[in-house]
Amino acid sequence: MVTSNPYMVNMGPQHPSTHGVLRLRLVLDGEQVLRVEPVLGYLHSSKEKLQEEHTYLQTVPITDRMDYLAAMTNNLGVSLAIEKLAGIQSPPRAECLRVIMSELQRLASHCFAQGVFLQDLGAWGSPLMYFLREREQILDMFEMVCGARLTYNYIRPGGVSQDIPPQFTPAVNSFLDTFPAKLDEYEELLWKNEILRARTVGVGVVSRELAVSAAFSGPMLRASGVQWDLRKQDPYCGYQNYEFDIPVGQTGDCFDRFMVRFYEMRESLKIVRQALDVLPPGEWKAAVPIVIRPPAGEAFQMIESPRGMLGYYLVSDGGANPWRFHVRAPSFINLGALNEMLVGTTMADVVAIVGSIDIVMGEVDR
Amino acid sequence: MTAVMTGPALAEAIQGAFPTAVAEVYGDAVVLDAAALVDVCQFLKDAPDLAFDYMASLTAVDYLDYFEVVYHLLSLGHNRSAVLKLRCYGRKAPHAPSVTSVWKAADFQEREVFDLFGIGFDGHPDLRRIMLFEGFPGHPLRKDFLEFDHRKIAAMASEAE
Repeated sequence: MVTSNPYMVNMGPQHPSTHGVLRLRLVLDGEQVLRVEPVLGYLHSSKEKLQEEHTYLQTVPITDRMDYLAAMTNNLGVSLAIEKLAGIQSPPRAECLRVIMSELQRLASHCFAQGVFLQDLGAWGSPLMYFLREREQILDMFEMVCGARLTYNYIRPGGVSQDIPPQFTPAVNSFLDTFPAKLDEYEELLWKNEILRARTVGVGVVSRELAVSAAFSGPMLRASGVQWDLRKQDPYCGYQNYEFDIPVGQTGDCFDRFMVRFYEMRESLKIVRQALDVLPPGEWKAAVPIVIRPPAGEAFQMIESPRGMLGYYLVSDGGANPWRFHVRAPSFINLGALNEMLVGTTMADVVAIVGSIDIVMGEVDR
Repeated sequence: MTAVMTGPALAEAIQGAFPTAVAEVYGDAVVLDAAALVDVCQFLKDAPDLAFDYMASLTAVDYLDYFEVVYHLLSLGHNRSAVLKLRCYGRKAPHAPSVTSVWKAADFQEREVFDLFGIGFDGHPDLRRIMLFEGFPGHPLRKDFLEFDHRKIAAMASEAE
C-alpha cells in the first residue's frame, strides 16, 4: 500500500492565481487538500483609521483604493451613507447618472473577473484579452466623465462631480450596440466548452445554508440559489424604476458563479439602456458644504457592488470627521468559508475555486 | 424595500422570550446584556416570524468609556433588518461572547475586531489576529492608538516572519 505524509505548501502571497496577495497555507496529502488557512493582511493599510482623520468629502477618494476594480460603486456606497447620515438629497439627474456609472462599472468588473477566472483555469491569454478589450471601452467612458481610468472620485455626496460630456452618450450607445453580440460569441465559445465544464461543474459547491450562514453576497450568494440582490430587495438611486432580472444559480458550483456573472452582464446592459433613455435634464449636484458636519448619530448603508453587498457604517459625533468608518467588504466576507469550500478538493481545484470567488485584495485587507 | 425593525419592536420580541436580556433601547438598536447575547441571537435566527438568518456586518466602535460591538442582521425571507449592540467596559481586556456558533460569518469579523480593537470573543474557535502580524503593539482602531514608529514596526514585522 502506498502511504504519504501530509505536507504544508504556501500558495501566495506572490502567486499568479491569488489575485493579489492572498496567502493560503495548504496542508496537502499528495494533491488533496487536508486543511487550509488563509493568511490575510499583506495589503492592510488601516484605511478605516485613516478615514477618521479626514472630512467626509475627503473620505470618498480613499474608498477608490479599496475595491480598485469597482471604484464607482465604492464611491456610490460611501456617498449614500454620508447622505443618509447628513440628510442630503441628490438631484434626479445625479441619481440616474449614478445608476449608469454603477452598471457600467459592474460590466467592467465582471469582464475582468471572467477573463481572469478563465486565465486561472488555463485558458491562457485569449479570453482575458477579449474581456479586457471590452473593459477598455468602459474605462474610456469613465475617462471621459472624470479623467481617471481606475480611481474615479466621481460619485460624491450630493450627486456627481461633473456632468457627462457630449461624447459620452454616443460612446455608451455604440458600446451597447456592439457588446451583446460579443457576449453571445463568448457564451457560445465557453458555455459548452468541455474543458471549462470539466474544471468547474461540481467544483467548489457552496450549499444554500452555508452561503447564508457565512453571509456570502453578490454572485457567490445568488449562484447558491438565493435570490437576493439589493437592487431589487432594497433599491437605492431609483433602481425600482428599471426592468431587469436577477440571475440565480442552482448548485452553487464554480460554473454557476461564472454563469451568474455572465447573465448579470446582460441585465446591466438593459439597465444602462433604460437609464440613458430616461436621463432627466437639470442639476447633477446638490448644494453641499465643503465641510459636512452631520448630526451625531450613525448610518449603515449597503449597496450591491459587483462583488456583493458593500456596506458602510458611519458614526458621527457631530464633528467634521467621522468618529468611526467601517466598511463591510464583500470580498473579505466571501473568503470566510474557504475551509468548507477547499478541504477535500485537489490543488488544481483550489485555483478554480479561489478564482470564482472574485476577490480584490485591496478590499479584503483595507 | 428592506423594512427596518425598530428598537422597541425588536426589544418587545426579545423580551417575550428573554425578559432580562435587553439592557437599553435607543433609535433602531437594542443594547443587549452580554450574558444573554448568544441565546438571543440563536432565538432571533430560529424564530420563524423573525428569522434573522443573515449577519450582514459585525464591527465595533470605541466610545472611550466603553466599546460597542454592533451586529447588523438581515432576514432574507422577510426582507427585514435589525441592529443589536453590546457594550464592553474596561480598556485592558474587554471581552464579548462569540456568536460564531450562530452565524459562520462572525468568524472572520470577530477576528478583525479582536485584531483592531483588542476585544476578546469568548468561545471563538480560532481567535488570532487577522490583518496584522502576531506581536503587533496595540490595536490601531482604538482612539488612544495615535502614533507609532514605522521603522520599528517594519523591523518587528520582518522578525515575526
